[in-house]
Amino acid sequence: MSDPILHVAGVEKTFGTLRALGPVTVSLKAGERLGVIGPNGSGKTTLINCLSGTLIPSAGDVWFMGQKVTKLAPHRRARMGLARSFQIPKPFTGMTVLENLLVPMDHLHDVPDPHGRAMEVLASVGLASRAAYEAGGLTQLELRKLELARALAGRPKVLIADEAMAGLSEREIDDVLEILERLNESGVAVIMIEHIMHAVMRFSHRIICLETGKLIADGTPDAVANDPIVQKVYFGEQTRH
Amino acid sequence: MFADQFINAIGTGVMLGSIYAALALGLAVTFGLLHIPNIAHPAFVIAGAYVVAMGNSYGLDPLLVALLALAPFYVAGLGFYEFYARVFERRGSADTMNALTLFFGVSLVLETLLLMRFGTNQQSVSVGYVGQSLTIGLLSLPYRLLVPALLAPVMVAALWLYLRHTHTGIAVRAVAHDERALSVSGIDPRWIKRHAFGIAAATAVVAGAALIIIGPVDPFGGRLQIGRAFAVVVLAGMGSIPGTIAAGILIGVSEALVSAFASPSWAPAVAFSILLATLALRPQGLFGARR
Amino acid sequence: MTSKTSTLPAVRPARPAGSRLTNVRSLAFILGALAIFAVGVFLTRAVENPFFFFASYIIIQYVALATGWNVLGGYAGYINFGAAAFYGVGAYTGALLLKAFDAPVLLCLPVAAAVGGVLGLLMGYMTLRVQGVYFAIATIALVVMAHTLVLNTDYLGGASGLALMPPEAPAWAGGQVQFLFLVMLGTAIFAVAVARWIEVSWVGRGFRALRASEEAAECAGVPTFRLKLAACAISGAILSMTGAPLVFYASFIEPETVFGLALALNAIAMPLIGGKKSWPGPVIGAILLGTVQQGATITISSELNILLVGVVLIAVVAVAPDGILGLLDRFKKGNRA
Repeated sequence: MSDPILHVAGVEKTFGTLRALGPVTVSLKAGERLGVIGPNGSGKTTLINCLSGTLIPSAGDVWFMGQKVTKLAPHRRARMGLARSFQIPKPFTGMTVLENLLVPMDHLHDVPDPHGRAMEVLASVGLASRAAYEAGGLTQLELRKLELARALAGRPKVLIADEAMAGLSEREIDDVLEILERLNESGVAVIMIEHIMHAVMRFSHRIICLETGKLIADGTPDAVANDPIVQKVYFGEQTRH
Repeated sequence: MFADQFINAIGTGVMLGSIYAALALGLAVTFGLLHIPNIAHPAFVIAGAYVVAMGNSYGLDPLLVALLALAPFYVAGLGFYEFYARVFERRGSADTMNALTLFFGVSLVLETLLLMRFGTNQQSVSVGYVGQSLTIGLLSLPYRLLVPALLAPVMVAALWLYLRHTHTGIAVRAVAHDERALSVSGIDPRWIKRHAFGIAAATAVVAGAALIIIGPVDPFGGRLQIGRAFAVVVLAGMGSIPGTIAAGILIGVSEALVSAFASPSWAPAVAFSILLATLALRPQGLFGARR
Repeated sequence: MTSKTSTLPAVRPARPAGSRLTNVRSLAFILGALAIFAVGVFLTRAVENPFFFFASYIIIQYVALATGWNVLGGYAGYINFGAAAFYGVGAYTGALLLKAFDAPVLLCLPVAAAVGGVLGLLMGYMTLRVQGVYFAIATIALVVMAHTLVLNTDYLGGASGLALMPPEAPAWAGGQVQFLFLVMLGTAIFAVAVARWIEVSWVGRGFRALRASEEAAECAGVPTFRLKLAACAISGAILSMTGAPLVFYASFIEPETVFGLALALNAIAMPLIGGKKSWPGPVIGAILLGTVQQGATITISSELNILLVGVVLIAVVAVAPDGILGLLDRFKKGNRA
C-alpha cells in the first residue's frame, strides 16, 4: 500500500482556552485496522469528530483519498466513503430498519438496487429478520448492529466504529468483532475506538494511544501494550478501578 | 431637549430591563438550569399579578401580598413539576415537541381561567407612590417603575447567593450539569428539580407584583412576555443567573430607545430581534459557556 | 425493552419505492382527491345555505394549515409556533395584490406561496445553528415581527385593518363564497398531495432521519441543512398559500386575527391530535377540531373554546403522544398480539 487513504496532519482542536486535541499526525492505509485507545477525556472523540467533520479542527488538515477535507461538511465526507457509527446508537426512529439503510443510499448516485443492497447488508450483520421492524424497538445489540449496517450501506472505504461494543456481553462482543473482521476482509479500513482492551488488541493491526490530546504511542498491539508510558497512563489507571 | 429625552429613555430602559430580568428569572432556572422549556412561566407571572391585585383590593401592599404568596406559589410549582414529571419521565425522555405543547396547553388553560374568572377587564393595583417620581437633574424616575425595578436585583442576588452557598442550591446547579453524578452522591435529582421548579414559580409572583405595579395587566399579557423572557435567558447565556440583569437591561434600554426615537409601536419587535440575532450570532449568549 | 422486542409484531412489510403497490396507492390517492373536489363542486350546486360554505371554508382552511405545519413540525420534527406569521404574511400578500393590482385570487395563491417559501428559507437560515426549543422560540419571534411590521405599514391599514372589495367570482361557481370554498378545497387538496408525496419519497425519509437525529443523518450522508431549509420553505409556502384567499373570503383583514393565537394554536393542535407521522393525521385532526370549534362558536363562548383546546392539548400529550392515529395503531397491535 502506498498513499494513505486517510491522513491527519498536525490536527489541533481547542475549545476556548482548553486544548482538547493535538497536534496529532496519523495515517491510515487502505484496508488497515487501526485501534484508538486512551483514557476518558484523552481526545479520542474529538479526533473522530474532526475526522467525520462534526468538528472543524482549529489547526492542521485532514486528507481523505488524496483530497483535503478539513472543512468539508460531514455529509460530503460520508458520501465520499467515510462512514462512522455512534457510541450511543442513534437509530432513525419512526422508520423501519430497512429504511434506516435506505437513508444513506438516497443521497448516493451509483446505487442500482438500494433495496437489494440494504437487505444484503442487513443479512451480513444478522438483522435481515428485523428489516420491517420499527428501528426504535430494537435491543441494544441489534441497535449496535444497525449502527454498523447503516454505516456500511453506502459501501464506505473507511469505517469509524466509535465504541461499538460498549456495554455488550462477551458473546455479543464476539458477534460484533466478527462482523467487523468480515467487513475488513472485504477491503474496508476500520478505525476502532474502544475501551474493551482485549477486543481492540485482538482486532487491530496497529494501535495508537492518546493521552490529554497527544499521541503517546503508535505501533503494533504488542508494542503499544508493552510501552511503559502507555502502561502508566492507561493500564495503570485501569487497574486502579 | 435631545439630551433630556435620551437620558430619560436610558433611565426608563434600565428600570424596565431590571423588571424583565425579574420576569425571566424563573425561566432562567427552569430552562437555563434544568433545560425544561417552561413557556408557561409568563402565564404564571400573570397569575401572580392577579393574586397581587386581589390582595391589593383588600388594602394590602402589593409587595406584602407577593411575599405572602411566595409559599403558595412554591407549592404550586412543586405540584406542577410533579405533573410534568409524571407525564414524561415515565416515558423515559421528554421530547421537546411534547414538552412545549404541554406548557403551551397549560398557559392557555391558565389564561382562559383568569379570563373567565375576572373577565377581559384589566386588573390594577392602587398604591400611594404610583404617580409620583424621583427627580435627579434631567432624570425623572417614576416610582411605579423604580420600585419594581429594585425588586429584581434583590431577587437575583438572593437566588444567586442561594445557588452558590447553600447545600441544596449547589445541588440544583449540579443537577443542571450531570444528573447521574448527583444521584450517585445520594441526592434524589427529582426532588432537586421539583424544588427548583418551586423556586421558579415563587419568583413568578414577585415578577407579577412588579408587572402590575408598572401598569394594568390583562389575562393574555403573558404572551408578549414569552419572547422577552426567552430573549433575556438566551442573551444572558443558559443558566447564568446574574447575566439576566445585564441581558434584561440591554433589552429594556433598546426598547426604550426605539420607543423614544422611532415609535412605541416598533418596541415589541425589539426583544425578538435581539433574540434572533443572539441565536444566529452567539447562541451561547453573553455570559454562557460555549455549548 | 429487551423482552418487548421479541413480541413486537412485524409492521407491514417494507416495499420497494416505485413498486407496483406504491403506484397503485398513488393512483388511488389521486382518484380520491379528484373525487373529493368533484363532490365539492357538486355541493356548490346542491346546497343552498351559504353558511355551509362559510363554515366549510374555515374547516378546510384548517386542513391546509395543519398539513402545512406538519411538513416541518411532524415530518422534520421542528416545532413551529409561528404558523400565524406565514398565514398572516400570505393573507396580507393576497390583500396587497388585490389592493394594488386588483389581482384575482388564483394569482394570489402562487405569489403568496412564493413569499411564504422565501420567508421559510429566511427562517431556516436565521436558525441555522439552533434546534429544539430555540427554533420554536425563534418562530414566535417571526410572528411578532411580521405583526409589528404590518401595524407600522399604513398602506396595509395598520392596526385597524384593511377592508377591500374582492372581484366578482366567476359565474360558473354560483357565488363568491361557493367559489372561495372551492379555491380553499383545491388549496387543501394540493397541500395534502404535496405532504403525501414528501412522505412516500426520499425527501420524507430524509426529514424523518433529521427528526430522529440530525447528527446521525449528517454523518450518513444526508445534507441536513439543505433538507431543513427545504422543510421550512415547503411548510412556509403551504401556510402562506392558505392565508392568501382570506381577504377574498372575508373582504376584510386585520392583524389581530391573522397573526392571532387561535391560528398558531390550531396549526399545532390539529396535527398533534390527529397524529403527526402521516398525512391523514393533520387532516383528521383539522376536521375534528375544526368542526367542533365551528359548532362551539355558535353554542359556547370563544374563551371556553380556547380552554377546550388547551385541555385537549394537555390530554393528548399526556395520553396519546402520537395522536388519534397513534392510538388506533396501538389498538390494532394490541388486538393482534
